[in-house]
Amino acid sequence: MEEKNLNEVENLENIEFDTPTDADKPLDKNIKLMSPGRMVARRFFRSKLSIAGISMILALFLFCWLGPVVYTAWGETETDRSGAYDYFEYEAKDENGNQFVQFIVSGYSINKLALPSGEHILGTDQIGMDIFARLMYGGRRSLIISFMAVFITAALGIVMGGLAGYYGGIVDNIIMRICDMLMCLPTLPLMLILGTVLESIGIKSIYYIYILMILLALFSWPGMARLVRGQILYLREQEYMVAAEAMGFSTARRIFKHLVPNILPQIMVSMTLSLGSMILYESTLSYLNLGVPAPYASWGSMVEIISRDTEILKNYFNVWGPPGICIIIAVLGFNFIGDGLRDALDPKQRR
Amino acid sequence: MFKYILKRIGISILILLGVSVILYTLLRCMPTDYIEQQIIALAGSGVTVTEEYVQAMYRAYGLDGTIIQGYFRWLGNIARLEFGTSFINHRPVLQEIFSADKIGTSFFVALVSTIFEFMIAIPLGITAATHQYSFRDYLVTVLVLMGISLPSFFFGQMLKNIFAIKLGWFPVSGVKDPSLGAEASQAVILVDYLRHMFLPILTVVILSIGSRMRMTRTNMLEVLNADYIRTARAKGLNESKVIYKHAFRNTMIPLVTGLAGLIPSLFSGAMITESVFDLTGIGSYALNAMQVADIPVVMTYNMFLAVLSVTGVLLADLMYAVVDPRVKLA
Repeated sequence: MEEKNLNEVENLENIEFDTPTDADKPLDKNIKLMSPGRMVARRFFRSKLSIAGISMILALFLFCWLGPVVYTAWGETETDRSGAYDYFEYEAKDENGNQFVQFIVSGYSINKLALPSGEHILGTDQIGMDIFARLMYGGRRSLIISFMAVFITAALGIVMGGLAGYYGGIVDNIIMRICDMLMCLPTLPLMLILGTVLESIGIKSIYYIYILMILLALFSWPGMARLVRGQILYLREQEYMVAAEAMGFSTARRIFKHLVPNILPQIMVSMTLSLGSMILYESTLSYLNLGVPAPYASWGSMVEIISRDTEILKNYFNVWGPPGICIIIAVLGFNFIGDGLRDALDPKQRR
Repeated sequence: MFKYILKRIGISILILLGVSVILYTLLRCMPTDYIEQQIIALAGSGVTVTEEYVQAMYRAYGLDGTIIQGYFRWLGNIARLEFGTSFINHRPVLQEIFSADKIGTSFFVALVSTIFEFMIAIPLGITAATHQYSFRDYLVTVLVLMGISLPSFFFGQMLKNIFAIKLGWFPVSGVKDPSLGAEASQAVILVDYLRHMFLPILTVVILSIGSRMRMTRTNMLEVLNADYIRTARAKGLNESKVIYKHAFRNTMIPLVTGLAGLIPSLFSGAMITESVFDLTGIGSYALNAMQVADIPVVMTYNMFLAVLSVTGVLLADLMYAVVDPRVKLA
């Protein structure tokens, strides 16, 4: 409680004055004290960029989760077989020397690489699947994967950083050396090697990207751990922590009631920013052929086709453009939110 | 100071050992090693492959025995500075990696783009900070954040599609125009090389400006709020003197120490960008080596990068003490 009051007194310039009409009220009724949380929210929502970021992310989530409910014309792995009949024409001769023309009709062909039309809002891809529908299902997969990876990274980072910072000494030393080690490993090569290892232990290829992203999280917690450790080392020396110790509070109470709420802002900023980078990682891994396999969609694997087919790169922007733009919107949205949060949570900010 | 450096070097060696254990174990876990592919190819061409021959092959490549034996053999070779030969084209690894067209290409791309990155990001960061919350600040922020948010392969392919394929202003891929004969003059060859490098460098610069600009902006804002800036203004100095002489110099501290941290990225090669533009850089070479399990090349390349990043961190800490006299190393 004490620290909260101190904060309020420190931030006297954030006091709001009510309208002058009720000037006859006593002076202390005239001012409204804002809690730190409300001040942060105010600063956050004052920035246009944060609002833009939030609306971009909300729009994407609505698109991916509500979209398929509304747009039911095509499914994720549904191939449009309404293409024209495809036939081959042969000139042949029978044994008597009579010439004739032979047709071989090869059944329904798929309506591939269709241009945007009423039937397919964004056209179809090289295997005749509706791009608009795949965009929504692929988005679900990409977003879920990134959130999963970020939460695992954060959980590991908080626990390891917390242990290192709180106990110090030998525990701190060991954990920090592990961090140094992991930070020396080049991420992308490592993921490539792990991808082939996964292949060899016979895991279904649909699970590759999930497992790879979990492994990526196992290798990328040092950043978060360092942040948490640094904060704890700093906060441990603050007067209110000494006071909490002097008052005989239990360790658990000191950590969860007094330390964690003060580190939480930084953790949230770091998590938001890393959501963006995890989406980029997922798409890069998909680009390197480690993503979800063929009939299934994710944004990265939908762009991947351009590395194999120059024809599509040149002439069919509707195939690879939309998923790329979705990736950019998602990453940009998370970056805007993270940036806005960082500015809003900065105690030195005066606006 | 000297003792501190020695201690740090000792720790760095331990870290590198750990990194090499992780890497070697993972590499040996890869399913199809090179020998297996060779033997399958041999058997496919009708040659009968005996068990002894297979054993001999594994021994010749140093892949017989367990992972632990293999690791210590590798470590012994490294200690004697023998980095082995590439499985694929049987040339010494060092010659393979440190040739002008591999690490040279990557280094050139990285160096030029880093220079441009600093030249563009720092002025942008300063204007954004001095005009905080103005239209200019928002515009710069939005633009550079868009740069960070681009997936490198998507942006690279898009540039390639527009400027190389559609407009034909730049060559589509590679580092050299094959139609240039031996009689072409030095100047023509140089111009051709630069034209090939333009799009990859542009890709890397746009993607990397963002974080450097945000860093400059944050540092600059912090410095601008400091007391000595208020003092400088109170003395009646004009604004440009306050900003460039008093504020900017202090903003430089983290930028200068960050320089040492850049060392590994100068040599690592931009894996994705290089493969998009078919450059023969170290990044795309390593990507290829990784896919065929060329263990000596992959180990040497990754350990080289690990050594560089350990050195980079150490140098950054030392630079910090040199640039900022308030910092004491313990």
